[in-house]
Amino acid sequence: MITAEQKPLQEILGYIAPYEKILVVGCNECVTVCAAGGRKEVGLLSSAIRLNSAKAGKKIEVLEHTLERQCDPEYVDQLAELAGQVDAVVSLACGCGIQTVASQYPIPVFPGVNTKFMGASESQGIWAERCMGCGDCMLGITGGICPIARCSKSIMNGPCGGSVNGKCEISPDVDCAWQLIWDRLVELGLQDRYEELVAAKDWRPAGGGGPRKIIREDLASSKIITEDNA
Amino acid sequence: MKTESRLEKVLASGQLAVTSEVGPPRGCNIDIVKEKANMIKDHVDGINITDNQTAMVRMSSIAAGVALKQMGLDPIIQMVSRDRNRLAMQADILGAYALGCNTMLCLSGDHPQFGDHPMAKPVYDIDSINMIKMVKDMRDEAKFQGGADITEPPKMFIGAAANPFADPFELRVMRLAKKVAAGVDFIQTQCIFNTAKFEEWMKQVVDRGLDEKVAILAGITPMKSLGMAKYMKSKVPGMDIPDEVIDRLAGVDKDKQAEEGIKMAIEQMQRLKECKGVKGFHIMAIEWEEKVPELVEGAGLSPRPKV
Ligand code: SF4
Ligand code: SF4
Repeated sequence: MITAEQKPLQEILGYIAPYEKILVVGCNECVTVCAAGGRKEVGLLSSAIRLNSAKAGKKIEVLEHTLERQCDPEYVDQLAELAGQVDAVVSLACGCGIQTVASQYPIPVFPGVNTKFMGASESQGIWAERCMGCGDCMLGITGGICPIARCSKSIMNGPCGGSVNGKCEISPDVDCAWQLIWDRLVELGLQDRYEELVAAKDWRPAGGGGPRKIIREDLASSKIITEDNA
Repeated sequence: MKTESRLEKVLASGQLAVTSEVGPPRGCNIDIVKEKANMIKDHVDGINITDNQTAMVRMSSIAAGVALKQMGLDPIIQMVSRDRNRLAMQADILGAYALGCNTMLCLSGDHPQFGDHPMAKPVYDIDSINMIKMVKDMRDEAKFQGGADITEPPKMFIGAAANPFADPFELRVMRLAKKVAAGVDFIQTQCIFNTAKFEEWMKQVVDRGLDEKVAILAGITPMKSLGMAKYMKSKVPGMDIPDEVIDRLAGVDKDKQAEEGIKMAIEQMQRLKECKGVKGFHIMAIEWEEKVPELVEGAGLSPRPKV
């Protein structure tokens, strides 16, 4: 999933300072799971804004709403009425959700979270990066461990000379991805794979070719038909 | 001969080669590089110039290398994949070769986190193994990495690093094999302090016949003091410093430690001269370049062959 962390309150207060009526919008997907921007966090942030503004003697009205999904225009449509009543929006969705809201309403939309990475939960309250969306997944040759997202140098043919006791040279708290890959290849009896040279990565599918887009003709055209029918 | 490299010629002559290195300054005074090079020039076959070592900005390896070339010396330029994408690397390789640099080292480089610009975006477009392959294809196939032809290709003698002491140990020879498959000509190893472990690694290298395909120069660093040994043991990633090294330095008076460090390095080179597969030494006398002549002479590696 996409992980995020709430921005410092002071930064958010700075964005909304000029406005008197705002809407805080959460999202029920990833940011709910990582406790950064779901219904609960919308409530907490809204209360904090009210409290701080009251303390500062500033008048502000804060509306709250949490969408099922903020990165989908069909859901974001549901904000039409609320958005019409406010001067600005604080979105607690990931960067994709924030931009979808901003693209649909002609009022300022501010980020309430810092979107971090695509990760998985390691244990309660801990998420770690697992994928950088390189567009050409190589997990099939690396024993299911990603060298792009999990090796600090995104090395195709690791480990580098800094790997010590299974840890990456950057920190004893970071596992060396290539130690993990090797251990996994051994576990699977696929050690022979290791010596095959992995060619230099083509970064185009990873974003080097400019902003990326997926067009599924089958789905895209059926949508057009539905719109035609409507 | 694949290249005009002096190092290649010395190795081809069957004699043990000696290289050393100079760290360029964190400023524009090229005389610092020249002075350091002058201290060692008669005792080595090539002089590495580090490339933003430990991720700290320094004068460019190629610029300093060209200055050495103009003095009639033999620079070995270094290039880390941390700071350049493949376009920049190839452009610099063309330029370096055009200005007389014919020997280079392909490295991934320490992570920016260690240096004075931890906020920089690390590049790592290609890894050191793919860099080796790129430089080899430029030389032998006259092709850029992207596939286009090169008119007047650069003929670089290609080096890389190997750290026999990093983990996992069983991969250390296999990774060398990958560098060999990619086309590396010579290897300069990480500083060796655990000589027995190095010999064990070397034995595996020889068992696989890799020593026939690549010239391995054993990395030698003299310890200046007990403090330096302790620092390297605890702070430098990928260093293996056995207790006996620490104990031996601790066993002599503080003002005798430097001398002891030199003695230890010379003994180590004498021992490794007998190690099958070792084709020479790469002496990294960190901020102690003036000791290189003494080390080379002490190890019986002087004078250097005229090739
Ligand atoms: S190889 Fe690419 S797509 Fe696969 S997990 Fe890694 S970054 Fe993601
Ligand atoms: S130590 Fe391992 S994870 Fe870290 S940069 Fe080197 S190969 Fe990658």
